Amino acid sequence: MKDLWNKILDSVITLGAMVRFLLRLIRETPRALLRVNLIIQQVFNAGALSLVIIMLSGLFVGMVLGLQGFQLLRRFGSEEALGTAAAIGLVKELGPVVTALLFAGRAGTALASELGLMRATDQLSAMEMMAVDPIQRVVVPRFLGGVIAMPLLAAIFSMIGIYGAQLIGVQIMGVDSGSFWSQMRASVGLVDINEGIVKSCVFGIACSAIAVYEGYHATPTAEGVGRATTRTVVTSAVVVLFLDYLITAAFL
Amino acid sequence: MNQPTPIVEIRNLNYAAGGRAIFKGLDLNIERGKVSAIMGPSGTGKTTLLRLITGQAVPDSGSVIVAGKEPSKLTRPELYALRRRMGMLFQNGALLTDLTVFENVAFPLREHTTLPERLIRQLVLTKLQAVGLRGAAGLMPGELSGGMGRRVALARSIVMDPEILIYDEPFAGLDPISMGVILRLIRRLNDALGLTSIVVSHDVLEISSVADMVFLLSGGKVVAGGSPHEMDLNASQIVRQFMGGLADGPVAFHYPAPDYFGELLGRDPEATQ
Repeated sequence: MKDLWNKILDSVITLGAMVRFLLRLIRETPRALLRVNLIIQQVFNAGALSLVIIMLSGLFVGMVLGLQGFQLLRRFGSEEALGTAAAIGLVKELGPVVTALLFAGRAGTALASELGLMRATDQLSAMEMMAVDPIQRVVVPRFLGGVIAMPLLAAIFSMIGIYGAQLIGVQIMGVDSGSFWSQMRASVGLVDINEGIVKSCVFGIACSAIAVYEGYHATPTAEGVGRATTRTVVTSAVVVLFLDYLITAAFL
Repeated sequence: MNQPTPIVEIRNLNYAAGGRAIFKGLDLNIERGKVSAIMGPSGTGKTTLLRLITGQAVPDSGSVIVAGKEPSKLTRPELYALRRRMGMLFQNGALLTDLTVFENVAFPLREHTTLPERLIRQLVLTKLQAVGLRGAAGLMPGELSGGMGRRVALARSIVMDPEILIYDEPFAGLDPISMGVILRLIRRLNDALGLTSIVVSHDVLEISSVADMVFLLSGGKVVAGGSPHEMDLNASQIVRQFMGGLADGPVAFHYPAPDYFGELLGRDPEATQ
């Protein structure tokens, strides 16, 4: 009973520490923005290097959606609605959520292990000794890189996903191309797209903050770095799915 | 000047970490312009002492005064201003792995100054020349041997012309040649640049050959201090054990344990105590 209580207390403390860390990152952001090339480098690291996995996954998710959606809609004789179903599903839910999970797995772990290694090899302490604030020089640019890259990746994911659904639905299953696109255009509103944008921005902030928090606070050993990367993925996944529910509810 | 003011002055320092007292009333003076060695058995807090001097850790009580300032009482900008007057060489060099050797040495200059590129280039190349690695400017840290990495880190720590240069176990894991190179650099840089050097090490013979002063830490205090020659003549048991590398003495060979025979014969360890 006492153990349980301590565990709950521990996780609340960790959550508080994370939020405080996030606030510190945000406070340092204006000054970090002055050094644009550091951020661009990190957008490249977090974004461009995750591009292939995001595009491939987007294509497959879209294709599955096309197949399943077609099977389901045919029962009601409304195959033409496939375009709408795929677009809504991708833009509002699958795009942001799956991208965030993949992002945590690819870019988040890379961030956490990079920062953890810098901690373990004294690079962060060395910076402090050179009177350079590692939060400002190293952590904030990486955080911002992730925050910028994530919505872009989610948009690309959704776009490719819709193409994948079209590939299966229209090219193979024979849904009428005109009604596929026109139904989509008619029924996907700005609200749906906004929901997707809000989600991917919030997930981007959450995943990047978790990754840099875990990496920066990693125990400075090989084991500690490994644990930090594992925790990054697990925490990110849970937080993303939880936030997804909250935002979905808020948009209703 | 008969009694020059020490550049680092530690008075009645107490510090505990993880519930274990590391320093109990430690007093230490480090004089300007000299190479001072801090030695002691593993786990006596030599690295912790460096962290206290550089303001990375805060003493529980007592004072640490560095160049007239107390690191633990400074605001962050003041502390950073003080740290610009110090250079530190970490145990494994701690080079930034995503930058070349040249950029690593240039790093403090780029962060703290707005010097033109031409001047930065000149400064970096002179420092690299001083440690004999001008030819390695284009390499990445991963391509360097341990000794070379530490020399690059040394070049980086002197690029801002510090007053105090701190070495944390600069010889750990080096081959005899690299060790000799670093040893000679410590002395040469100290005299050529007018530095004060603080070297934490337990390579007794090597460090004794270059240090002006040697301090031996044990049990949270400085148990002996003086020139290497004085230390050789010191008759106290702990100094003899450490300087001579004897396995048993005041620092016991055996970790505290219950009675040996009792435990071998399978008696309840609780009962034997």
